[in-house]
Amino acid sequence: MVQKKAAKRKMGKLERKNTLIAYSFLAPNFIGFAVFTLVPVLFSIFLSFVSWKGGSFDTIQWVGLENYDTIFKTAKVAEKGIGYFFNKVDLGITLKNTLFYTVVTVPLTLVFAIALAWFLNKAVKGAVAFRTILFFPYVASMVAICVCWNFMLMKNGPVNQFLNAFGIPFNKSWTADSSMAIWAIILVSVWRNMGYYMIIYLAALQGVPAELYEAATIDGAGRWKQFRHVTLPQLRPTTFFASIMMIISCFKIYDVVAIMTDGGPGRSTKMLVTYIYAEAFNNFNFGIASAIAMILLILVLTITIIQFSMEKKFAND
Amino acid sequence: MTLSTSRPREVRKDNRTLHLIGKILLYVVLIALAAFTLVPFVWMISSSLKLDREVFTWPMRWIPETFHWENYVKIWDKVPMLTYFKNTAFIALFVTFIQTLTSSFASYAFAKLQFKGRDVLFICYIATIAVPWQAYMLPQFIMMRSFGLYDTPWAMIVLQSFSAFGVFLMRQFYQNIPTELCEAARIDGLSEYGIWLRIMLPLSKAAIATLIIFTFVGTWNDYMGPLIYLTRETNKTIQVGLKRFIQENSSDYHLIMAASVVSLLPVSIVFLALQKYFVEGIATSGLKG
Repeated sequence: MVQKKAAKRKMGKLERKNTLIAYSFLAPNFIGFAVFTLVPVLFSIFLSFVSWKGGSFDTIQWVGLENYDTIFKTAKVAEKGIGYFFNKVDLGITLKNTLFYTVVTVPLTLVFAIALAWFLNKAVKGAVAFRTILFFPYVASMVAICVCWNFMLMKNGPVNQFLNAFGIPFNKSWTADSSMAIWAIILVSVWRNMGYYMIIYLAALQGVPAELYEAATIDGAGRWKQFRHVTLPQLRPTTFFASIMMIISCFKIYDVVAIMTDGGPGRSTKMLVTYIYAEAFNNFNFGIASAIAMILLILVLTITIIQFSMEKKFAND
Repeated sequence: MTLSTSRPREVRKDNRTLHLIGKILLYVVLIALAAFTLVPFVWMISSSLKLDREVFTWPMRWIPETFHWENYVKIWDKVPMLTYFKNTAFIALFVTFIQTLTSSFASYAFAKLQFKGRDVLFICYIATIAVPWQAYMLPQFIMMRSFGLYDTPWAMIVLQSFSAFGVFLMRQFYQNIPTELCEAARIDGLSEYGIWLRIMLPLSKAAIATLIIFTFVGTWNDYMGPLIYLTRETNKTIQVGLKRFIQENSSDYHLIMAASVVSLLPVSIVFLALQKYFVEGIATSGLKG
């Protein structure tokens, strides 16, 4: 009995020592992480309920839901209907633009990524060279590639010249045209990201068991049938994961827009983050900016929660 | 009899032609997409060697009539490229060093040590990966400003050095290292710190290389962070510096392209030399994007 107690005490001491050692491993990273990430996240929630122009801390005023009221223009929208929200209110417009951009970019990138991965997985000659080339835009810096695309998409730039040569008459600068500007941004995004997702798919394809293809061949399935009935279903979890990742990163789009169009012309390419940036760092409406940031946060968290619950379903299948 | 023997051969022949057509088609599509990927870079290099007025001529010349290498000399006088490079390298090196060291340290605890609150803490880390940085960049900015770090490279360094991503990536790798190795070392009398230094670090060279590359490229190419924090000309990094140059000399197409090519060189070299680790890193983590 006494012995047991002593052993237990010894164990407790050892456990405490182990925990201390573990904490000493964590501390350098965790302190930085807590101060510069965790605290700001919480602070951000608080800021969305105050009015503050960024001066000293005692000019902060608690206003409750007023910031949300302002960005949603609740009274006006209630009076004039939901169309007013999406066509006139900044938040509505940026939400609409961001959603449109996401809905077009994600499937386009995925189709290219799957096709490229499927081709490269077929042991073509020079696969490594192709892979290197296709992945390169992803590491190339945004400013350089965006300004280059901007020039290429100019009124008499090579892209329009190319289109004209094929009998497609277009002679406006893409980024100066309110209906084409968003397509310029989609083009650059797809061009930049397809190589990255191609690599994720390449890794997934290598995990598809060869027996499945053998069985399909014996059953007389051609290439296209194999792709449809073996490859695609096997890639479903990857596709799900990749599309979630991409939807989230599309919601956060800023760089391409800031460099190529600066949200214009008009408000035609203004995105959620462009709106947050402008309110925070140009207009110094810290409360309003935080309220918009909360909308972004809620959207992204909702998608993440969907991902988690769906992933469990995939795992159980 | 004759029918049944000749038919398979015909089918096989058919198959072979089909196969060949398929192969050719595959290469055509691949080469087209590779060309689509490369065209902007080729156009960038080509324009950087032209005269200003030659950039938008039709029919366009891919190879300039005369190579104007002097463009590459001019930009160094027009843009303080060297300062930008130095600033960027300073931030990138510090971030990479702190990030790699502290993440590998913390991941060892998460992967191989038993302690109270481990899972809760780890979930904290993972959850913040899902929180977009843009949602809390403003409070971060307010904090940095009150710490007196606004418009110093240190703001960028402390912000990017402690990302949850590094911990997540390293933990994935560490979990694949057999725990028996650590136990054996413990019996031999090695302390936990000794195990980390002598066993885990040497075994995770690939993981460290991956993290270093991701961090370095991410920091080098970061645009929004420096845009918010670095306003003085002498503090600017290559990305915001290049953007400023473009705004101020918007019609010097040839010089802008030359500066762009130069800004791409360091990451290109790192990428080409170490791309194996990029590919492995993406395949194992699938994150960051």
